[in-house]
Amino acid sequence: MSGEGQAGVAIADAIAAPQKPASRRQRPRGGTWVLGVFSAIVLIYLLIPIVYTIVFSFNDYRRTNIVWRGFTLDNWLGVCNAQGVCQAFANSILIAVVSTVVATAIGTAAAIALARYRFRAKSAVTLLIFLPMATPEVVLGAGLAAQFLTAGVQKGIATIILAHVMFCVSFVIVTVRARVASLDPAMEEAGRDLYGSPAQVFFRITLPLLAPGIAAAALLSFALSFDDFIITSFNSGPVSTFPKFIYTAAARGIPAEANVIASAIFLLALAAVLITQIGAAVRRKRVSTR
Amino acid sequence: MAIAAFAPTTAGAPQGETKRGGRTALFLLIPCIAYLALFFLAPLISLVLTSFQAPRLYGDIGQYDYAFRWENYADVIGEYWPQILRSFGCALAATVIALIISYPLAYFIGVTMRRYSLAQSLLLVLVVAPFFISFLLRTLAWKQILSNESPIVHALQAVSLLGPGEYFIGSPAAVIFGLVYNFVPFMTLPLYASLERLDSRLLEAGSDLYANAFTTFRTVTLPLSIPGIVSGTLLTFIPAAGDYINASRDFLGSPDTSMLGNAVEANFLVLQNFPAAAALSIILMGAILILVAVYVRRSGTDELV
Repeated sequence: MSGEGQAGVAIADAIAAPQKPASRRQRPRGGTWVLGVFSAIVLIYLLIPIVYTIVFSFNDYRRTNIVWRGFTLDNWLGVCNAQGVCQAFANSILIAVVSTVVATAIGTAAAIALARYRFRAKSAVTLLIFLPMATPEVVLGAGLAAQFLTAGVQKGIATIILAHVMFCVSFVIVTVRARVASLDPAMEEAGRDLYGSPAQVFFRITLPLLAPGIAAAALLSFALSFDDFIITSFNSGPVSTFPKFIYTAAARGIPAEANVIASAIFLLALAAVLITQIGAAVRRKRVSTR
Repeated sequence: MAIAAFAPTTAGAPQGETKRGGRTALFLLIPCIAYLALFFLAPLISLVLTSFQAPRLYGDIGQYDYAFRWENYADVIGEYWPQILRSFGCALAATVIALIISYPLAYFIGVTMRRYSLAQSLLLVLVVAPFFISFLLRTLAWKQILSNESPIVHALQAVSLLGPGEYFIGSPAAVIFGLVYNFVPFMTLPLYASLERLDSRLLEAGSDLYANAFTTFRTVTLPLSIPGIVSGTLLTFIPAAGDYINASRDFLGSPDTSMLGNAVEANFLVLQNFPAAAALSIILMGAILILVAVYVRRSGTDELV
């Protein structure tokens, strides 16, 4: 399994509940407590800025949102009051949705081909697919921008989407490919034995079985696209996106409304993931007690 | 090519059948290959071409003609060598620190918490939680938490870790701190993925053979987690070397901490010196490819990764 692939799969596992066999008991060791405390500290380190961002979305700020001045709901109730933030947010959503749909479609097709078929030049194709993930974003961004410049293409929403599909595709392939590889071929054979046409077998057996992997890939690519700043900044021209709005505002102070949007998305995503995880755990329990 | 280490080898991966089927595979792959050829390979080539361009005679700022002006490379190395060194230095430091922080966390989630499947999943959610909220806002949060007026900075000054007039934000340490923060999840996930598959019977065998915990770790756990370490360090080092957010003046850095990415951004988007920006990008990409090649070869994981 690929290095990047491992990370992709772990991300996918964390987003869409993993299917894991139950594991054996293990004796607790002396260092377990130390390890637990250390891990807790690292997790707190990871979470502090998130909590900070959410807390300051409720700040009754004046010009800059740096000093705590008291609790208010005004920022949440009038999110669009800060100039430009809602336009930037809407652009980001549009870009992320279109990029995700395109990247997931062409990425899933490629993942099936890579996991299921042997063909010449497979290693060259695999290299082409993995190279974008090993390239720093600033190189990807500057490269595309240089190409658009030479071709005389006007930068805008379309160029941002073209760029985002490019870096999302590889992540989609890695995630879906792992799912295809773990699929039991007996299922499809059974479909064929029952006189299913290739199309029927694909749409009624293969695709539903791949669905969790495809969903995780789509979520990952939405998150990557929505949060991308570096590649976007090289290829956006005058168009504002949510990260670009924050970057520009950073010099003069971020309005709390930006914190509101980020916090709302965070809480929604977290709730969705927690529901999937806990649902999967309940199902596992039912299966094991049956 | 060592970068092939990123690509999955067939070993272990496909349990499903692999069929010979040139035509179907081609049909499924064409959109993806065409897309990457157009928007990944072609841009890399135009980046190389741009890096040799020369200013147009009597032209405006931002107007260049195709040429073979290799002096562009000498110019940017002469002008930006501190940024180039700083990029790789900061990225290296951040990678090492992130590895030291992430390994115990990944071990705790992947091995210690194995018995508790739900707790394991929830801990993993906490590790990826930062992905759900803008990394720019998170980095700015650190800037404010560690600002010059913050109690933490005063405390550091009180214990003389910082001099009386010294502050944290704007120092190279702050940039490394930010890079570590941003990339700990990228380091933890592949480490987790390889530790999670570690057979706990091997650890038991170690202790049955009278190895103490440290020896078991050194001779069993660590070698088996090398693939995770290699991919985690690459996932951290490569983006960290090209990052320019943490080092930016508006975030955790100062003009004295600017990195290669800052130079590319400034030359491309502000100064419109496209050849310089392209040459710097090619230098970054080339250096990373060479470093990765050496690293992957030395860690002996050509087939493992």
